[in-house]
Amino acid sequence: MDDDAEIVAEFLVESHENLDQLDRDLVALERDPGSRELLSGVFRAIHTIKGTSGFLALGRLEALTHVGENLLARLRDGQLRLDTEIAGSLLRLVDTVRALLAVIERTGTDTDPSVPAEAVAEELARLLEGRPAPEAEEPDEAEPSEPSGQSEPREEPAEPEQPSADEPVGSPSVVDASVRVDVDLLDSLVQMVGELVLTRNQILQRCDAAADAELVRASQRLDLVASELQEGVMRTRMQPIGQVWAKMPRVVRDLAHQLGREVELRLEGHDTELDRSLLDALKGPLTHLVRNALDHGIEPPEERAAAGKGRAGTLALRAFHENGQVVVEVTDDGRGLDPARIGRIALDREVVTADALRRMEPREVLDLVFRPGFSTAREVTNVSGRGVGMDVVRTNIDRIGGSVDLVSTPGAGTTVRVRIPLTLAIIPALVVGEGGERYAIPQANLVELVRLGGSGTEQDLEVVAGAPVLRLRGRLLPLVHLGRALGAGTDAGDAVTVVVVQADDVRFGLCVSEVHDTQEIVVKPIGRQLRGLPMYAGATIMGDGRVALILDVAGLAPAAATATAPAVAAVETDRRSAEDAEGLLVVEVAPGHRAALPLAAVSRLEELPTATVERAGPADVVQYRDGILPLLHLAPLIGLEDAGPAGREDVLSVVVHDSWSGPVGIVIDRVLDVVEERYVVTDVGRRAGVLGSAVVQGRVTELVDLDVLVGQLAGAGR
Amino acid sequence: MTAAAAPAATEVPDQVCTFRVDGLFLGIDVGQVQEVLRPQPMTPVPGAPDAVRGLINLRGQIVAAVDLRRRLDLSADGPEERLNVVVTSRDEVVSLLVDDIGDVLDTRGATAEPVPANLPAAVQDVVTGALPLPGSILLLVDADRATEVPTPTDVRHPQPADGGTP
Repeated sequence: MDDDAEIVAEFLVESHENLDQLDRDLVALERDPGSRELLSGVFRAIHTIKGTSGFLALGRLEALTHVGENLLARLRDGQLRLDTEIAGSLLRLVDTVRALLAVIERTGTDTDPSVPAEAVAEELARLLEGRPAPEAEEPDEAEPSEPSGQSEPREEPAEPEQPSADEPVGSPSVVDASVRVDVDLLDSLVQMVGELVLTRNQILQRCDAAADAELVRASQRLDLVASELQEGVMRTRMQPIGQVWAKMPRVVRDLAHQLGREVELRLEGHDTELDRSLLDALKGPLTHLVRNALDHGIEPPEERAAAGKGRAGTLALRAFHENGQVVVEVTDDGRGLDPARIGRIALDREVVTADALRRMEPREVLDLVFRPGFSTAREVTNVSGRGVGMDVVRTNIDRIGGSVDLVSTPGAGTTVRVRIPLTLAIIPALVVGEGGERYAIPQANLVELVRLGGSGTEQDLEVVAGAPVLRLRGRLLPLVHLGRALGAGTDAGDAVTVVVVQADDVRFGLCVSEVHDTQEIVVKPIGRQLRGLPMYAGATIMGDGRVALILDVAGLAPAAATATAPAVAAVETDRRSAEDAEGLLVVEVAPGHRAALPLAAVSRLEELPTATVERAGPADVVQYRDGILPLLHLAPLIGLEDAGPAGREDVLSVVVHDSWSGPVGIVIDRVLDVVEERYVVTDVGRRAGVLGSAVVQGRVTELVDLDVLVGQLAGAGR
Repeated sequence: MTAAAAPAATEVPDQVCTFRVDGLFLGIDVGQVQEVLRPQPMTPVPGAPDAVRGLINLRGQIVAAVDLRRRLDLSADGPEERLNVVVTSRDEVVSLLVDDIGDVLDTRGATAEPVPANLPAAVQDVVTGALPLPGSILLLVDADRATEVPTPTDVRHPQPADGGTP
């Protein structure tokens, strides 16, 4: 209901503006009856009001504007010529629309019989059909019922200023409560605030060393005011995503109708705000994702029923803030993406070679849908499946500094997660130094900092097949030397800090020689001469007035991938046979049965009430951190009897593992210990889901192969 | 680009801002020149096209500096410090680095000769006409073309072979 009220308010503001313009245009039109430009403008304005009133179920307003629109279409196409009679009727139309809007504002509906909408519509229809006027006195019936404040529109329309001049002005209305500001003005304000922030940074830097206490105080005030001003100006550009949500029910309804789907739409996070330019940029991709979900995701009702699901599919759109970013999720409970099918199609369409496909992990196979020229539609529909699709979505989101990823469980549905920055203008960033120059790394891409050369870390840096990698908590992180990645040709000798960065799902370490501080930077574009360089996202001005480049982590990622991808694979195969000293989480799977998981693969340990377990298709799931966590019962998966929980019956011990397809909960009996010791993997007990056994803490412990387990989860759905 | 292509007598602006680059006497329509600046602190851009020397901070606006010596394929050794002729081109502000600044010349009513066909290709690419003045030849520079540098295809990271893991 709130949303509706909001839409209506917006509609009123917009329509009042349109009507003011209409008045002016109609008057101008009377002087220049042939102007197609003016006629088109008038037509558009009435058309807009008609469209929205239809959508808002304001029937009388719609009927009235519909006739007006038809008349205007005739005029525009030259089939009718504008004379004073028609002009008068049109002005009366404007007045009546205005009266109806006033009624809508007061009562929320347009049913107030005091507004003679039908009479005016009748008059317009008469003109439309070219019937002669039933004597000028006839339309009298319309007059007495005119709202009191309304002027007398029937008199000679030669004085058209009159109708608009005495518009009823009551208590402060929606129209007065907000001010419309030109976007250009807002943009220039943002820009000026940007300048102010830079100047403030400069002054603060100077004042740090200043002895003048008064100056220091003044600079602190400046700091505060500038920050608040910045925040305020940024907020003026913020708009709730509800604006986009508001259009979705209609889009989904129409599409569902067209495609023969039954869909229940769930919208969450209406109040999530983001910069208007980003909101605009989000609309297209989002609509596309919704279409995709309906067309490819949610199955026709019969198919759903056959698969044991409810006939109506669920499409959930959620928006929320996370880590200074806006996350928008489009989740359907449809058929999901089948990596095997994706792979086949990718081969058919020559998006990928057979050889490359064989080497891909399931997650990478799913990622193929983002490749240009890929579309999984079995047939080309006019909704989606025209060969452009997800690649365009990704390109558009990339362009605004966001990322798109996709998680899918065959048979159970797909979630597409779009992350976009709150605003593009001012962002927090880490400033690093390399080769005498400074570079800014957006905070959004930053994972952590690792200092090299400290005690015990030296051996963690290894070179495999010429590519440097870092052992970080049992994982191998490809390293890229910043200077080299940029082609600056400086030597890697003095790099002491690894900045761990992430873009999309690629994580790598950037070696830099200096780390300065974190600061708010104003993102500025770089000239067109440099726009082809993928590794820069723009430039900014530092406190000392010098320019620093902003790194585009996604643009740098290819350098990391080409440098180290083969190396990682090589090391990983080694690891399985060789002895290792990585941390292990030792758990009890069944009474007396010990198993171990690599500690690095464990993201959390949770105890979840058994009562919260729900079913989704064949799988057990729980709601976890605003999402759905699929559960894997470890014991049956590695061939043991599931004896049921050994401990308390009302609580499940769950190891949360961030797999390639999203978090997975592994249900165990209980956690025994966390150990870090060398162990030798033997082939004893090796089977699906078990890498082998090792002696850990003096006892035989089976090592769980998480990749295989998670793979089974993905393959389990039909 | 050849002499034959310019018989339509290139427009000569009323006033041109003149400067020198490696012995060439060049001029740009004053209407396109925003200002002339002393040497500015410059931030190099690794991987950028050769002709782009770096970025400068022009009162809060970040401006790319195009070295005209390199843009015109001339000898790269000139004075250490270059002056900035800041021009507007296609709604962007770009700085052209030149050796020395000359006067603003009144060229009202003058007729430009086609660019001599034997000039180096890079010069022909940027110059639209030649004004034979007493004692020197003034080459008229097109700001849009002067600020256009070849796209840096060679600095893009090698893309993984088709189907390689991204």
